[in-house]
Amino acid sequence: MTFPVSAETARWLAIPMGILFGVLLHRGGVANYNVIVNQFRFKDFTVLKIMFTAIIVGGIGVLLLKSTGHAQYHIKPANMLGVALGAALFGVGMVLYGYCPGTGVAAMATGSLHAVVGFLGMLVGGVLYALSFAWVEAHIQKVAALGKVRLPDITGVPDWGWFVILTAIAGVVFWLIETRFTPDGGTPILTGNNR
Amino acid sequence: MKAPTNQTATSSAGDRADARGRWNPYLVGIGIGVLSWFAFGVLDEPLGISTALSSASSVCALPILGSDGVADNAYWAKNPLKWNGGLLFLIGTFFGSLLSVLVSRTFRWEKVPSTWSQHFGGSTAKRLVAAFLGGVIIMFGARMAGGCTSGHGISGSLQLALSSWTFFLTMFASGIVTALILFRNRSGAAK
Repeated sequence: MTFPVSAETARWLAIPMGILFGVLLHRGGVANYNVIVNQFRFKDFTVLKIMFTAIIVGGIGVLLLKSTGHAQYHIKPANMLGVALGAALFGVGMVLYGYCPGTGVAAMATGSLHAVVGFLGMLVGGVLYALSFAWVEAHIQKVAALGKVRLPDITGVPDWGWFVILTAIAGVVFWLIETRFTPDGGTPILTGNNR
Repeated sequence: MKAPTNQTATSSAGDRADARGRWNPYLVGIGIGVLSWFAFGVLDEPLGISTALSSASSVCALPILGSDGVADNAYWAKNPLKWNGGLLFLIGTFFGSLLSVLVSRTFRWEKVPSTWSQHFGGSTAKRLVAAFLGGVIIMFGARMAGGCTSGHGISGSLQLALSSWTFFLTMFASGIVTALILFRNRSGAAK
């Protein structure tokens, strides 16, 4: 696999890419506590719109890069118990903190003091995980460890098929959000009958 | 259409100022998607935040465990803190947001956000305790799951990884339940 720049150059390119990411997070509105929390309360769909669009646009591009030999995948192993427990904790933490790790870092720069305090909490959380790592690795990460599995592997539906399905789902979901939901009124999507 | 009075009336002037500088979320999503093409095609490293953040946490453990204690830890031995692409990306994210907030002139100090104060009052201490606890839980969860909203949610999902879609769906379900419990019957000024 050859890449257009050396590993050393790539490392430094991470800075402008991070800057772009920070700009996009802030301008997307997700460096804002209310926007994140209200996604989970179905009062604001900004997070879903950004993530779902990024997954489809990013996924189709990376698939093309991969199939033409210009990129390789980096699949995280499906240790199902660890992923499920970790994600469940993550959801609790995200609603309490009001940010995720990336948007929390972006929010610190906007003047959010509680984002800074939560950032310190994240550092403590990192320490706690490192201290419990050996135990978690031995008792949790080995349960239902399926390896670096992808959806096409387990379903038989090819990559492009998945992107057709995801694009169709996104189309319907986005259409519902845009036609049935009034952002300012905070009307839940399912009762959006008052237009 | 019902006049959107509910939230507008209770959101602060700062909230409205923030909203003015926003870009279309679909375009922002496209932007992040395109950014991930470069992450895979040029850096050969998916976009992510929490790996670098947890490596950085080893610095906090130094005064308690000492450098030997940190070096002996199996997690930090596997994910040592170094000036790699992940850490530089994390630092870039902070400065990118700072740049954006300065250009759009939306920088403001915020101790208690409006949605929180509507439900739990204006106590700064209460909000900071919740933010700290939330931070601890989210990072522990991110490391146990092997990624966060960026590494799993976006970068992993776009590769159609089973682990990442499990993360994405479970995280959303857990967040919805948490929000239901946390914000139940306490609509406060919003009603």
